[in-house]
Amino acid sequence: MQELTADAAIELRGIDKSFGSVHAVRGASLRVERGSITGIVGENGAGKSTLMSILYGLYRADAGEILIEGRPVEMASPRDAIGHGIGMVHQHFMLVDSFTVLENLILGAEGGALLAGGLAAARTELARLAGEYGLAVDPDARVADLSVGEQQRVEILKVLLRGARILILDEPSAVLTPQETDRLLQILRLLRDRGVTVVLITHKLREILAVTDKVIVMRRGEVVAERRTAETDAQDLAELMVGRTVRFDLDKAPAREGETMLAARHLSLVDGRGVRLLDDISLEVRAGEIVGIAGVSGNGQTELLQVLSGIRPPTGGEIEACGRRVDAAHPVDPAEMRDLGVAHVPEDRLRQGLVPAFLASETSILGYQDREPFCHNYLMDGPAVGRYCADLMERFDVRPRAPGLRSSNFSGGNQQKLILAREMARNPKVLLVGQPTRGVDIGAIEFIRRELIKSRDAGCAVLVVSVELEEILSLADRILVMFGGRIVGEVAAGEADERMLGLMMAGARAA
Amino acid sequence: MSASRRPLPGWVEIGLLPLANIAMAFLLVGVIVEVIGVDPLHALKLLVLGAVGSSEAIGYTLYYATNFIFTGLAVAVAFHAGLFNIGGEGQAYIGGLGCGLAVLALDRYLPPLLVIPLAILASAAFGAAWAAIPAWMQAWRGSHIVITTIMFNFVASALMVYLMVNVLIAPGSMTPQSRGFAASAAVPSMQAALQWIGIAVAPSALNLSLLLALLACVGVWIFLWHTPWGYGLRTMGHNPEAAVYAGTNLKRMTMLAMCLSGALAGGVAVNELLGVHHRLVLDFAAGYGFTGIAVALMGRGHPLGIVLAALLFGALQQGGAELAFEIPAITREMVVVIQGLVILFSGALVHLPRPWLQALFARRG
Repeated sequence: MQELTADAAIELRGIDKSFGSVHAVRGASLRVERGSITGIVGENGAGKSTLMSILYGLYRADAGEILIEGRPVEMASPRDAIGHGIGMVHQHFMLVDSFTVLENLILGAEGGALLAGGLAAARTELARLAGEYGLAVDPDARVADLSVGEQQRVEILKVLLRGARILILDEPSAVLTPQETDRLLQILRLLRDRGVTVVLITHKLREILAVTDKVIVMRRGEVVAERRTAETDAQDLAELMVGRTVRFDLDKAPAREGETMLAARHLSLVDGRGVRLLDDISLEVRAGEIVGIAGVSGNGQTELLQVLSGIRPPTGGEIEACGRRVDAAHPVDPAEMRDLGVAHVPEDRLRQGLVPAFLASETSILGYQDREPFCHNYLMDGPAVGRYCADLMERFDVRPRAPGLRSSNFSGGNQQKLILAREMARNPKVLLVGQPTRGVDIGAIEFIRRELIKSRDAGCAVLVVSVELEEILSLADRILVMFGGRIVGEVAAGEADERMLGLMMAGARAA
Repeated sequence: MSASRRPLPGWVEIGLLPLANIAMAFLLVGVIVEVIGVDPLHALKLLVLGAVGSSEAIGYTLYYATNFIFTGLAVAVAFHAGLFNIGGEGQAYIGGLGCGLAVLALDRYLPPLLVIPLAILASAAFGAAWAAIPAWMQAWRGSHIVITTIMFNFVASALMVYLMVNVLIAPGSMTPQSRGFAASAAVPSMQAALQWIGIAVAPSALNLSLLLALLACVGVWIFLWHTPWGYGLRTMGHNPEAAVYAGTNLKRMTMLAMCLSGALAGGVAVNELLGVHHRLVLDFAAGYGFTGIAVALMGRGHPLGIVLAALLFGALQQGGAELAFEIPAITREMVVVIQGLVILFSGALVHLPRPWLQALFARRG
């Protein structure tokens, strides 16, 4: 660990930011030393991304000061931030898939009316950066052909090419395999040793401990602690993040398994280009148990949920859901699945689970709009829908209790509770849940997990897909690990630990 | 920038914002009128009097508004489904073909009470069919509906000229128009209808199709906001993935939305052919389909807003015609410029006054 220099590359003083009634950042102050790697950790919704977006000029702070290299600056837009040598690598890549690496690199800095000059300059610069930071990428490869890890390297190069001396990375490992993550951490170390200041936003403690010099912990919009990485450990940081002892121990009685409600046999899904998204998947979910599906995001979990919920028909194999057989020749649509008693809490609540522009009451019946008591004689019963929504809000503690408010005006946790309420209210036989607590505040996380267990205890067959290992470990009775569209391992919850699952998630061990 | 999504009070959003847009359009029109050497206030007076100055003027304003309500609703229904139907023009035109064929086949044998409803259904069915083809191409073949509906306007136009010149032309006629419809196929004029209940108004092109248009407004309102299909349609428009998740078949919903849209556009044929021309003629739908896009945008896709916007555009059409008649310096084209500016300010520049209104109401709130 190198000795830290005393002068600050970034200093934030008393930053405050509210979105409507949500106080996202409360008087946050922090210092980032030049030429160091500083980690910012916190639970989802702790305000770390908002704080960095303010630093990058994407949002304006309501109050507070930003100092870069000791000088106070105005960050009105990302242009200002780039001008001050700040670069940001977003969680979702901002690359044009059909362009080559080089073309992506000069995007926004083409350097004249003709591209040739800019491309040639970028090529030389790229060669220099590749040598200096070990960021080797083929400049003429199409971005679409690169692996996720390589695409991320292109993003980092793009930022460095703009002359950034301060690099902010927002959850960079969310889409990476553990190996790719290790490679990324190596690159970050090299960048630091060459004098680049790195800010790493993440909620993964392993990475923080592996690579940072200093950690800043945020909770509920506030900076609650600052630690030298050498002087802390995972337990300490986790407790700081959550604000109390961490074990999400849910008093969970052992599962009382009933008969199989949902089964998949040799399920496969091949897309139009011939890519195997699901490969020979067989699984069973019995009444009264929670089966957890672990895996790095993008290993077929999304497609598995789509197929099991009837959104996409399988191309091979079959599903048996509550006594009904589904295969390529006999597909079902999601409405029929609901009729069978299969409810589905989708992974992406804003794109699938609700319509942001709809009222909460409209969202509370999505997928059930043509059923009693919401609809009789082809006409919908507005007041009945309103009463139903108010009732769901009461039972699932959705705040504010306002059926007439637009769905987009609720916080992520409350949106999720409303969707969960909608899907659980009809006592389904099978409950498919994707990322139950993604982007949800801590209070809601516990509530949602407890509701899932309650539903299990009431005899529902629950399938939970989550990229959060900790979540899978605390919820599931049985754990399946997905990698590359296959199920590569099955473990009983009692015998699983994070290390072992992590290895399977990386495809290191086939079952 | 960050202020652009702050919500305004409801009445400002649907009342004051459009008014501010129109005011800005008229301000610019005033400048142009001044430049060509006409007193803007005098021109404005003529425009207003021409649109609402007499019962005849009001009649014509409402007659134009009837067409705009139909096409505005047509665009709005598709728009709620996330589909941009530019083909109202062609759908109205082909709706007229259906209307004409039905009447020409039946008007000598059946009483008005049967002929008129059948002709209305034929208008709607042909309009729907003409919209169904682009809808099918979008749903199953992935052809973009904006492109196909535009092209179908040209196809409709060419088809109608061919049919009118070669097939449906009245024997011995020099102009491409069908024989006159029998009296049994005439939708009563508003003047005649009001006379039955003892109210005397000047004759105009206004006929009872206006009531059909208002009925369509109520129907669209119930369909979109009070039926499960309307719910599914709006879900698809806002968030197609959520619609799939909810079990809506996007292909079928695209067909439903476009057919409904085309059927509504067919209403123009009822107003024009059954209410005014009483024969099948060329180009009766000219311009209404396109203006319908502006009407729907300005009316925010809501039937009530569409009625108000249709009244505005009806008044502009009628008042503008009077204005061009009274002041030779202001030509028909000038009137089109005025309409164009209103469309520009209430369509493309709709959010221009928003920051000022926000500043105004933020200070008060």
